Amino acid sequence: MLDLLTDRGWFWTAALFYLAVFIAGTVGLLRHGPRATNLTYALMLVGYAFQLAGLSLRGKAVGGCPLGNQFEIFQFTAWSATTLYLVVGVTFRSSMLGYFTGCLAAVLSLISLAVPAWDATRSSNLFGGNPWIEFHAALALFSYGVFALLALTSVMFLFRNYSLKVKRVGGWFSFLPSILELEVISLRLLVAAVAILTASLAVGAAWWLRDTASANQGKILVTVSVWAAALVVLGLRLSSRLIARRFAWACLMLFIAALLSLGPVDGSRHKPATKGVALGTQP
Amino acid sequence: MSQPNVFVIGATHHIAPIAVREKLTLNPEQSAALQQELAAIAGLKEFTVLSTCNRIEIYGVAATGDVAGAVQDVFCRRQRFAREEFEQFRLELRNQSAVGHLLEVAAGLDSQMVGETEIFGQVKDAYAAAQARGATGAVLNRIFQKAFQSAKMARTQTGITEGQISVANVAVELAANIFGNLDKTRVLLLGAGDIGEKTAKAFRSRGAGSLVVASRRMERAMELASELNATAMPFGQHEAHLSQFDIVVGSTAAPDTVVSAAATRAAMKKRPARPLFFIDLALPRDIDPAVAALENVFLYNLDDLAKIAAENLAARQAEITKCRTLLGTRAATLWQHVEPKLNGASPGAPGATYEPGRQPSP
Repeated sequence: MLDLLTDRGWFWTAALFYLAVFIAGTVGLLRHGPRATNLTYALMLVGYAFQLAGLSLRGKAVGGCPLGNQFEIFQFTAWSATTLYLVVGVTFRSSMLGYFTGCLAAVLSLISLAVPAWDATRSSNLFGGNPWIEFHAALALFSYGVFALLALTSVMFLFRNYSLKVKRVGGWFSFLPSILELEVISLRLLVAAVAILTASLAVGAAWWLRDTASANQGKILVTVSVWAAALVVLGLRLSSRLIARRFAWACLMLFIAALLSLGPVDGSRHKPATKGVALGTQP
Repeated sequence: MSQPNVFVIGATHHIAPIAVREKLTLNPEQSAALQQELAAIAGLKEFTVLSTCNRIEIYGVAATGDVAGAVQDVFCRRQRFAREEFEQFRLELRNQSAVGHLLEVAAGLDSQMVGETEIFGQVKDAYAAAQARGATGAVLNRIFQKAFQSAKMARTQTGITEGQISVANVAVELAANIFGNLDKTRVLLLGAGDIGEKTAKAFRSRGAGSLVVASRRMERAMELASELNATAMPFGQHEAHLSQFDIVVGSTAAPDTVVSAAATRAAMKKRPARPLFFIDLALPRDIDPAVAALENVFLYNLDDLAKIAAENLAARQAEITKCRTLLGTRAATLWQHVEPKLNGASPGAPGATYEPGRQPSP
């Protein structure tokens, strides 16, 4: 069945399912609110499966984890966020989280699909056959997926906090989880993101120390900055010096920083220092 | 009307005032005795008695049209209520209208507090009791079971049950919006007035972790604490212990505020990451309004809660038409299936009388 569509075909199909989550959720909100938690979860699951099929096909084609261009990075980030939602969403009863994750996955997927230039050049054997470097990159991107989900729970926190402060708790605000639940899940996600990013950097650093010319300095600076910022935010939160709204805004900023860092990180791989081999321009 | 028919006869809060309903309501023993007499009425094939504080209704399947009158006579005689007077407050519906009425009752649409769900359980209990007595058959079994399905559908497909509409329950719902599960929350009740007591009870019923009562009259505080399975605290200590609580309910008669912004700020320094929810039910107000500006502190006064309750009620009212249309369609469909069964309504032929231990038809 994998042969029936090209990888981009699978990605388009996945994006449409994520879009369906957004549309169904919005219709629900405009009526009585998003009660169809099971429908949201099912649509997300189907979208996830299609995206996984696309990533698998692309992975086969490039001979490794498909992280070779901006398009693949966006797809992988959306897939990571969806993976986490599918795991976390079961215990964290919230159709709103599914709705927001669906929106995010749809936006990331559709934007990446809409910009052909991002997928114009595909790299094979990107990691030089080194599974540790590949693991390092996959972990780093996965942590960015966690940051994406963290951004969503932070946005939900800000909405919930706003609704309670201005005393407008009806309508779709009533479907948001409680302040405390959002705080707890955000903290756990931040811990997870920092842990995964730390592991990724540790693996990367081990190889970089052996061959300091193997990685671009700018990429290292950007990645380490994101990691350090996350570490600072986590430290401030654990010491209760960054709480509630300010913590939510900080988490949102972390995701934006992570997203902005993708440009320099991706750009660094196309410089002569990288070992990637361009396959050519795709239609 | 001499045809077999489905009927409901009784009195509800819509017409019968509380003084009348008091005389008509049935305790379990009276209900059992009434059902025993109803079972002996010739031509009453099936029946169910629903008695709550807001309604007494007898649903029946009659072999002929005059059976409902006989049911009314038996009921009035047992309750020592003049038939002529009963007829002033009487609800009497037949066939599809009776079926539609049951659907609306089970869905909470006919309740005094529209959308309340307690009635659903009461209808279920009434039906289960009738079924256990063997007083229901093919017709009422189908009607009641479909009524339960329709009520669930109405609850999920319309907003008829959404939003709390009492000040105490709105306060509890808001607390759930802040803390989620309330089983680990610590509640401080300031003052032992009626509205504070109601709110404290609402928190207790939602499983609040612990409750402390502080009142200027220590005796009253201890009395209320005992009633609520709480502990009492001397009134003057409440600000010093503020950081230990998640929810503070103010309901004193104090002329000035009893919780200051400074005390709240000091309390939040000890627990910055955990929200603090103030519910100010007092007039004049108990909580300094300035606390609302603090991070992680939420303050709702009586007006705020009343406004939310009114909005919720208005939202429910807006759903009534939608819910009624849905249930009306369901009643019409159900009636199409039930009507053919009436001529052969089980158990027994027209005129059959109640037989103890009779099993209902599937």
